[in-house]
Amino acid sequence: MKNRISNKVAALKPSGIRKFFDLARQIPGVVSLGVGEPDFDTPWHIREEGIKALQQGKTFYTANAGLDELRKAIADYTKRKIGVEYDPKTEVYVTVGGSEAIDGAMRVILDPGDEVVYTEPCFVSYMPCIALADGVPVPIRLKNENKFKLTPEELEAAITPKTKALMISFPNNPTGAVMTKEDLEKLVPIIEKHDLLVVSDEIYSELTYNGLVHTSIASLPGMRERTIVINGFSKAFAMTGWRMGYATGPADIVKQMIKVHQFAIMCAPTVSQYAAVEAMQNGEEDVRNMRESYDQRRRYLLNEFEKMGLPCFEPEGAFYMFPDIREFGMTSEEFATELLKSEKLAVVPGDAFGESGEGFIRISYAYSLKELREAIRRLGAFVEKLRSEKE
Amino acid sequence: MDTSKQKKFLDLIASDARFREEELAVMLGESVDEIKKTIAELEEKHVICGYHTLIDWDKVHDEDVTAMVELRVMPQGGDGYEQLAEKIAGYPQVDTLYLMSGTYDFLVTVHGRSIKEVALFVNGKLATIDEVQSTTTHFTLTKYKELGQNLQSFKTDARMLMTP
Repeated sequence: MKNRISNKVAALKPSGIRKFFDLARQIPGVVSLGVGEPDFDTPWHIREEGIKALQQGKTFYTANAGLDELRKAIADYTKRKIGVEYDPKTEVYVTVGGSEAIDGAMRVILDPGDEVVYTEPCFVSYMPCIALADGVPVPIRLKNENKFKLTPEELEAAITPKTKALMISFPNNPTGAVMTKEDLEKLVPIIEKHDLLVVSDEIYSELTYNGLVHTSIASLPGMRERTIVINGFSKAFAMTGWRMGYATGPADIVKQMIKVHQFAIMCAPTVSQYAAVEAMQNGEEDVRNMRESYDQRRRYLLNEFEKMGLPCFEPEGAFYMFPDIREFGMTSEEFATELLKSEKLAVVPGDAFGESGEGFIRISYAYSLKELREAIRRLGAFVEKLRSEKE
Repeated sequence: MDTSKQKKFLDLIASDARFREEELAVMLGESVDEIKKTIAELEEKHVICGYHTLIDWDKVHDEDVTAMVELRVMPQGGDGYEQLAEKIAGYPQVDTLYLMSGTYDFLVTVHGRSIKEVALFVNGKLATIDEVQSTTTHFTLTKYKELGQNLQSFKTDARMLMTP
C-alpha cells in the first residue's frame, strides 16, 4: 500500500534529542547533563502510598477525570499555590503526565487553520501537538537579551486574525526563564484585545529561586476564564515515571478535554493517582528541600560559568541553564557533538528546543554536586581548548 | 549568617564535609570570609564537633565486630548519670553512648576485634562498674544504613542519558 503514513505525521520532524541520545549512549564513561527530570527519588512516603494501593488491590479504572480525592487535592493545592479556585468536579482532571494535557488542550481548542502563538525555545512537544491538532504553530523566538521572557511587543507582532491561542511555559524548559507577575500583566491587554485563549504549561511552578514566587497567568484579572493551566507531579515531587499530570480551566473547556481523555486514555494510572494524593497533601517539605538543593547547584554553576567566561543569563526557575556558545563560531549541534566526542560530556544542543535555541546549549542541574564538579571540569577543558585553537 | 542560613550550611556539610569553602560560599550566597567565620564560630561552640569519614569497616577487616550494649544502672547522687557517662565514655572501645528512656538507661556502641574481645570488655569493664546492675549485649550482624547512607545498596543513576 502506498502512503501508509499520513502526510501530517510524516512531516513531523523527530525530536533532535533522540539523535543525540543514540550518539551519547555509545560512548563509555560519558557524563551527562542532558536529563530533563529530577535526580531525586520519589519521596518514600509517596512511594509507600503507591505500594499500599497495589497491596490493597486498587488496580481498577478510576473515574475518567481521576479520583475524586485527587481532584479535590489538586483544587486545594492550586488555590493555595496560585490563588485560583477551580471546582474539582468540573474544572480539574488528571492526565498521563503534563504531556497528555498539552495534546488534549490543542485537540479541544483548535479547528484546522487556527494559529497558536507559542514561545521558543520550548519543550519539544508544543509544536507537534499543535500540528497534530491541525493548528498552525507560530513560534515567537525569544531573545537572550530579554532573559528569554515574552514581551508585549513580541506577542502583538505574532498575532493575526487567525490566532486562537497563546501557549506559554514559565518557569521555562530549556532556558530557566521566569515571567513575574509584572511581566505577565503586560500581556493581558493584548490577550484580551485579540480575544485569545491561553494554554499555560506550569510544570516547573514549584521551582523558582531568588525568593521569586510563581505567578500563574490564570490568577490575573479576567484571565481565569480564558486560560488552561497544565501542571503535574513530575518535576515538583520527583515523580516522572508515575506519569501524573493535570489540567485546570473553565468548565466548558475542561469538559471537552475530559471527553477526549475518556476516549484516548480512559483514566490515568490508578496506583499513581493514590501516590499523587499523598504528594499533594504531605509533600510540601520534600519540595522545599529539593528546591533548596537545586538552588545551591544553580548558584554553583552560575559561578563556574562566570569563572569560565561563558555568558549565561541568570535563570530563576526550573533546573536548567542556557549558556551562550556563539563566541566559538559553531552551531549548537557542532558544539555539543564535539564536546561529547572530546570530553565525553553530553549536553543538549539548544536548537533541539526550536530555532531560537541555536547558539546555546541546555545544561541540566538535576545532578549531584559531585557530578556537576566533574562535568564542569570537562566543559572547562573543552572551552579552554576551543579558545586556544582560535588564537 | 542568620539562623536559617546557618541551618542550610550545617545541612550541607553534614551531607558532605568535603565541600570547599568557596563552593559553600557560592551555594549559600555568602562570602568566603563569612563561611570561614561561621565555621570557626561553630567549631568554637562545639556545634561542629568533628569531620569524620563514614567508613564501612566490614569491607576492610571483616572480623571486626560492633555491639549495642544496654546498661541498667543505679546512679549515685544528683549528677550520677553525668559521672557515669564520663566514666563509660572514657573507654576507647566505646563509639557512642546515649542515655535512653525506657527499660534500660544507657545504650553503648562498642567495637572490638572479635566477639570475645567485646564480650570480655563488657564483662570486665562495664559490668564491674559499681552502679551498673545489668548488661545486655547485642552483636551487629549487618549494617544497612549509617548517617543516612545506605551501606549495602548503592544508587546508580537509572535515568536515561538524555530526555527533553
